[in-house]
Amino acid sequence: MPPPPTPANVRVVTLTIDGQDLSARADETIIEVCRENQIPIPSLCYLDGLSIWGACRLCLVEIAGQGRLFAACATQVAEGMQVLTNTERLRRYRRTIVELLFAERSHICSVCVSNGHCELQHLAQTCGVDHVRVPYRQARYQMDSSHELFRLDHNRCILCTRCVRVCDEIEGAHTWDLMGRGSDCLVITDLAQPWGDSETCTGCGKCVQVCPTGALVKQGTSAGEMVKDQHFLPILARRRQAR
Amino acid sequence: MNLDDLADKAEEYRNQDPDITHEARVCMAASCQSSGAPEVMAALHRALTAIPPPAPGERQGDVEGDAERDGDSEGDGTMAGAGLAGPADRVTRGHRCKVKGVGCMGLCSAGPLVAVAEKGAELMASTLYREVRPEDAPAILASVAGPPVARLHCPTDQPFFARQQRIVLENAGVIDPDSFKGYVAVGGYAPLVQALTEMTPAEVLREITLSGLRGRGGGGYPTGLKWSTVAKMPGERKFVICNADEGDPGAFMDRAVLESDPHRVLEGMAIAAYAIGAAKGYVYVRAEYPLAVERLTTAIRKAKRAGFLGGKIAETPFSFEVEIRLGAGAFVCGEETALMASIEGNRGQPRPRPPYPAESGLWGCPTLINNVETFANIAPIVRHGGAWFAGIGTEKSKGTKVFALAGTIENTGLIEVPMGTRLRDIITAIGGGIPGGRAFKAVQTGGPSGGCIPAEHLDIPVDYDGLKTLGTIMGSGGMIVMDETADMVDVARYFMEFCMSESCGKCVPCRAGTQQLHALLDKIAKGEARHQDLALLEELCEVVQATSLCGLGQTAPNPVLSTLRFFRDEYEAKLCAP
Repeated sequence: MPPPPTPANVRVVTLTIDGQDLSARADETIIEVCRENQIPIPSLCYLDGLSIWGACRLCLVEIAGQGRLFAACATQVAEGMQVLTNTERLRRYRRTIVELLFAERSHICSVCVSNGHCELQHLAQTCGVDHVRVPYRQARYQMDSSHELFRLDHNRCILCTRCVRVCDEIEGAHTWDLMGRGSDCLVITDLAQPWGDSETCTGCGKCVQVCPTGALVKQGTSAGEMVKDQHFLPILARRRQAR
Repeated sequence: MNLDDLADKAEEYRNQDPDITHEARVCMAASCQSSGAPEVMAALHRALTAIPPPAPGERQGDVEGDAERDGDSEGDGTMAGAGLAGPADRVTRGHRCKVKGVGCMGLCSAGPLVAVAEKGAELMASTLYREVRPEDAPAILASVAGPPVARLHCPTDQPFFARQQRIVLENAGVIDPDSFKGYVAVGGYAPLVQALTEMTPAEVLREITLSGLRGRGGGGYPTGLKWSTVAKMPGERKFVICNADEGDPGAFMDRAVLESDPHRVLEGMAIAAYAIGAAKGYVYVRAEYPLAVERLTTAIRKAKRAGFLGGKIAETPFSFEVEIRLGAGAFVCGEETALMASIEGNRGQPRPRPPYPAESGLWGCPTLINNVETFANIAPIVRHGGAWFAGIGTEKSKGTKVFALAGTIENTGLIEVPMGTRLRDIITAIGGGIPGGRAFKAVQTGGPSGGCIPAEHLDIPVDYDGLKTLGTIMGSGGMIVMDETADMVDVARYFMEFCMSESCGKCVPCRAGTQQLHALLDKIAKGEARHQDLALLEELCEVVQATSLCGLGQTAPNPVLSTLRFFRDEYEAKLCAP
């Protein structure tokens, strides 16, 4: 896909990211420029095509001359900006944030349907999270398996709200939203009704595709559902003998 | 209407009841109400009507409330308790007295408070009575013409009152907060008319900038700079928001201002709207403040009827509407971006800044957000000039600050002192020290975003920058005093529990980090923690502080870091094995 044409009234600025001189449109964010130039920067809530949420705090970067850190997804570039994306301090913060996510709900990769396809798991590997220092919360959440095509497992949700945003902004259904606050936050369908009863859900599956973890999955993908049925064999074999 | 017209009105309202010489003012703010002020007020009314009618030739003291004098019979006349003024006035040995409900007089721990004063006299010039009970009413009324009732007397020359300087609270405890005329009579709305008829918006901005006023919500951002930024932003639609979502534990400054002098806040908002070019304002006030909401609603209605809100204010082209929005009990909605999301009808969650509200606020329009106390300072600044205000306080913190004294302190209540007052004066002189002969240990300022100040730093002058050097903040004005029995780990755990349950859940470090911090503090408090837990606690504090999305998370570790700084031995004493 060719990049969108630069609007006439947008300036092009130059900046450095990790010492690399780069040019960018003034209306681009730091994370967009990083992605364009293959500068790796971790993120979870950010997804190209969705609005900016700025909540996972994994894409925080240092900007020269600024005391505080900035989320690369929510910060526009500026002329002469000097960005550092991979300092020791940032790496330490990212590790801790990933650890906090792992400890918050039940992220046990070995029994997860998304094992090997999970963005959280991948991030843990790239950020060097080889163990979690904070205690696991051991909270138990319900699953919603009422939808004929899809399933929701709150235990694997990281509250990135990609599902909420894609449903609202792209599908236009706004089936998903958030309820509760703090660690009690949950993504919900309609007014916290079972997903299968939702009158607004179109069954498009966009939420499942954008979910970074195993929280939203297709039905029939869990280990428990992989039941083999060999009942046919004796029946078919006997019929064949009878003939 | 010009200033002279308004001055005539004020004169007229002041002389409305020439026969009345004295007032028995009953504090009808929330704290005195909860200790029995409504009963005291009713008893005073009964006692007043029980006094024999006036001597022949004098006017009959008929049932007459302030509400009716306001020409507002449709509203207040039928609403029980809405009009605070007394229904009767009678002669008491040559003095005519009326009973009047007023706002907060400050010494909340001694409530219900009743002040007997000459009409229009300030609080300091009144005879104040403490812990008044309904049966004391006849004695208090009798004291109008005689000596004070000694057993109830609460001298106003004691340090609690004498060491204060009341600017924001100048009308609190003096005027009836539900009376529009009462506010005009003490010079209210003159600064607004002055700004509209005699000053350009740029001149208003200049005075506010000159005054050196800084945001009273806790941030301390220069108000003049904020106003000028919004004023310079392009755009036809702009908004003014008054942040009255006061939520710090132990803080009740904004509530008291709204309950005691709501018109002053509206006037400040209107002046701000004129200066920045806004036509619409919102007061975002928490629903847990029903009395403040009621008085504010009354004030808006009366100001609108009198032409000080709404279209063509004071017959100028300037129009300004104010609407109230109720907060549904989320602490995070005091954060400006979450507050705006809530006003827009969305989930109250913060968003990354920039863009700041000044550039893109309510519905994407330039928006000015200030705290209640900030707006309450505007009218006096316009009236006396920015230079006058800049003459009060310290070099970088001008004016006065209202504090809510709570905790183990003799005089619990609301005080207003010049910036730069030493903390020791606030706690020992004004606050009256620690009760029960126990020793002072620490004072917590700034609520869950602040920290503790130990005894060795009591001589610090209280201003924005001074408190910052001690690792705490001025905050919105809550001061929780603790004596030697306080357990500082427990204090830290309490505030962390507050932040944990008030975290909106949007960003990971605040949502999951405060929970882990709370669990660690709990472990330490129970004596189950080891040295490595303490190290983890400090590391998590750093991460939550540096990476959280909004102020709630960024400042949530402050009470822990502050108690670790000054009381580390208490933490270490609770660790089990090395």
